[in-house]
Amino acid sequence: MALALSPLDTVAAAQTSSPSRLAYHGTLDNGLEIVVIPDRRAPVVTHMVWYKVGAADEPLGKSGIAHFLEHLMFKGTDKIPAGEYSKIVARLGGQDNAFTAQDITAYFQRVAKDKLPRVMEMEADRMANLKLAENDVLTERKVILEERRSRVDNDPSSLLQEQMMASLYTAHPYHTPVIGWETEMKGLTREDAIAHYKKFYAPNNAILVVTGDVEPEQVVELAKETYGKIPANSAVGATRKRPVEPEPVAEKRVLLRDGRVGKASLERYYTAPSFSTATGREAEALQLLARIVGASNTSRLYNKLVREEKKASAASAWYSGLALDNGRFGFYAVAAGDNKLEDIEASIDGVIDDVIRNGVTDEELARAKTSEIANLVYSSDSQQSLAHTYGWSLATGRTVDDVEARADRLKEVKREDVQAVAAKYLKRKRSVTGYLIPEASQVAKVDPRPASAGGTLH
Amino acid sequence: MQIQNVVSKKGIEAWLVEDHSRPILSLQFAFKGGSTQDPDGKSGVATFVSGMLDEGAGDLDSQGFQRRLEELAAKMSFSANYDNFSGSFQTLTQNREEAVKLLRAALTDPHFDAEDANRIREQLLANLRLEEKDPDKISSIEWYKLAFGSHPYGRSSNGTVDSIQAITPDDLKAYRKRIFARDNLKVAVVGDIDAKQLGELLDTVFGDLPEKGDLKLVPEVTLANVARQRVVAMPNPQSVVQFGFQGLKRKDPDFIPAFILNYVVGGGGFSSKLMQEVREKRGLAYGVYTYLYPLDHAGIFAGGVATENKSVAQSLDLIRAELERVSKEGLTDAELRQAKDYLIGSYALRFDTSGKIAAQLLAIQLDGLGADYIERRNGEIDAVTVDDVKRVAKRLLEPKNLIVTVVGEPEGVKEVGL
Repeated sequence: MALALSPLDTVAAAQTSSPSRLAYHGTLDNGLEIVVIPDRRAPVVTHMVWYKVGAADEPLGKSGIAHFLEHLMFKGTDKIPAGEYSKIVARLGGQDNAFTAQDITAYFQRVAKDKLPRVMEMEADRMANLKLAENDVLTERKVILEERRSRVDNDPSSLLQEQMMASLYTAHPYHTPVIGWETEMKGLTREDAIAHYKKFYAPNNAILVVTGDVEPEQVVELAKETYGKIPANSAVGATRKRPVEPEPVAEKRVLLRDGRVGKASLERYYTAPSFSTATGREAEALQLLARIVGASNTSRLYNKLVREEKKASAASAWYSGLALDNGRFGFYAVAAGDNKLEDIEASIDGVIDDVIRNGVTDEELARAKTSEIANLVYSSDSQQSLAHTYGWSLATGRTVDDVEARADRLKEVKREDVQAVAAKYLKRKRSVTGYLIPEASQVAKVDPRPASAGGTLH
Repeated sequence: MQIQNVVSKKGIEAWLVEDHSRPILSLQFAFKGGSTQDPDGKSGVATFVSGMLDEGAGDLDSQGFQRRLEELAAKMSFSANYDNFSGSFQTLTQNREEAVKLLRAALTDPHFDAEDANRIREQLLANLRLEEKDPDKISSIEWYKLAFGSHPYGRSSNGTVDSIQAITPDDLKAYRKRIFARDNLKVAVVGDIDAKQLGELLDTVFGDLPEKGDLKLVPEVTLANVARQRVVAMPNPQSVVQFGFQGLKRKDPDFIPAFILNYVVGGGGFSSKLMQEVREKRGLAYGVYTYLYPLDHAGIFAGGVATENKSVAQSLDLIRAELERVSKEGLTDAELRQAKDYLIGSYALRFDTSGKIAAQLLAIQLDGLGADYIERRNGEIDAVTVDDVKRVAKRLLEPKNLIVTVVGEPEGVKEVGL
């Protein structure tokens, strides 16, 4: 047992413009990382376990298995009867759930602080002792298929996004949806789930994050008594080598024509570095670029497309950097009236070209920094969002120091940095552009080639 | 947690929870009178106003206002539901004084310029076009139409394409004049401020609003005791279903037992009876849920499920059968105990961020429950008996009166009573 405790200084953080040095961080002998962020304002704790495995780690042909196992983790162990897990948490007056993404799978409970030992015991139990009955697996497979219908198949904009991701990545597994392809989901078995569980669920592939009304020493003691008794799995750890995405050479375009679309809209994604893969201040520069270009009603995109040209009723840009491998930079716009998506796209390209050629102003950069740094302070108000930030960051290869240096790193970004990342990453050949089209009549103008619904053209 | 009742020099009242651990202030407020106050033929006025307050106010035009908000890192947002027009405001302590001036301007001197109004109108229309094809939204809009007909609750707070096109800046100004008044206002504040500073803040922001609002009377309404089922055809693999019937208003003496009943039937996530029947035992849906929606002038007990088209009839049968069973049998001692354990134990989870605390305090004021409600609430739940729940189950759960809307291509589901 080797646990290094870092000095704690929660109150001082409130006096500065950014929350820093909030978290205790350490590692148990079996490899379990522990992060504790005390917040004593309410007698409540948020307890999360983050596994460093997600949909992008699935075997070929088994898409959706990471998410399917997440569902099955609620079935039971020798100590907890099938289907009782969430009921027990509810009886403790707590709330629980879980989620899966490309890089992570996470489980959480929110409970009164005196219930923390019990939920830690239960979470540790299912880290090592999951039991699955064939019948439960088959019933739950129907549930994830319904979940897919709700989230994707019933919603054309989700279908478009799924197709855009599939098109954006040539080799990297981010091209597969987290929920899975329906054809593969239908074939997922109990054995697939158990194989995934045995391969990835172990203390040395997990991060425990506890925020709320707790002492770090108390969490460490409880963790030793529960998770500490589970042996490390030596097979885990070196397994996160994913296919490397080749340098992009051709821009991609995706069209989805669907009678269920109420309004024409377009999206564009670029591959860009994530906070984990970026060098220097590139990730922070991309974050500020997104804000300047399109994160608010004062942004360049909104001013041009919505206020001046009146081509769009909504227009925005975003940067998504919480990833183990590639991050993404994106644009989104909804057509105003009967305006054409090609015209909107041309305006977006105009905004991008302007930044690449002329950069951003000091005033824009200062305003963007103010907003991003203030958002760090606002999000420190919530123990749940703190737990998310630390858990997600550490599970995708960043450190506690990285998380706590975010405000300082943002402050260091210069105008040239923002211009440089725009020039380097907002290249059409790194992108996929998706059109969501309500009527067939627009299609011929978009692309002369015949398009089938949901098909990719490139 | 200590709630202070702060009354400003000009007589504006607010509930305050001081918390100096973060340099943040959260302020939430509401004026009674939401979209039920929209004029006939102009549904969506309240929502339209909510989109316009930060589009130019005081001596700043739309862009200037937004830019100033960003420079101060302050956040403000407004929304309207059936009964209330609400606002939410957050600022850092260091910028509080300046940020508060912006909020004051938004409430007392918004411009409602025609050009800005047309831009926001375009956004509202785009949202309506999206809603027209969104199965969840269609299902909900159709349900309220079936349940409430020509009553203001029968129309959507977001308006219609026609009504949004008919609204003029004068309509927006008229709404603000009638609704934004001090006798109409509830305020909750959490964060880095003391009572004296808050008193001054309240007068700055709200002090110049008129004393009395001018709300038109909204009639009380009960849901018809007759089954209705509407099917809206849409080429989706999964049908979206909404169902519901007469519920309770918040002031009803049976509300707390009904609240427990709802938790057990469909309000309790994985633990609920409907979730067990529909999802856990049979895998028919990702989710099925119920909720109580106590409006000012009506009570609703409603729920929803989404399932592939061939399973809609079976799911609805299971839901009806379960409602019927609970209506006859009520709950067991163990079920009641488990519900109480959750509802009592989890109450603290609603008070762990400034924004959540402010939202709770505001809701309690809007419901007229008194500041001591937070202390009373768990005791009121604990006092409910099996007989109370049984009586309320019999009173409320009338599956034969269910009003149902289905959007999709459900197999073997017919329209009823239309």
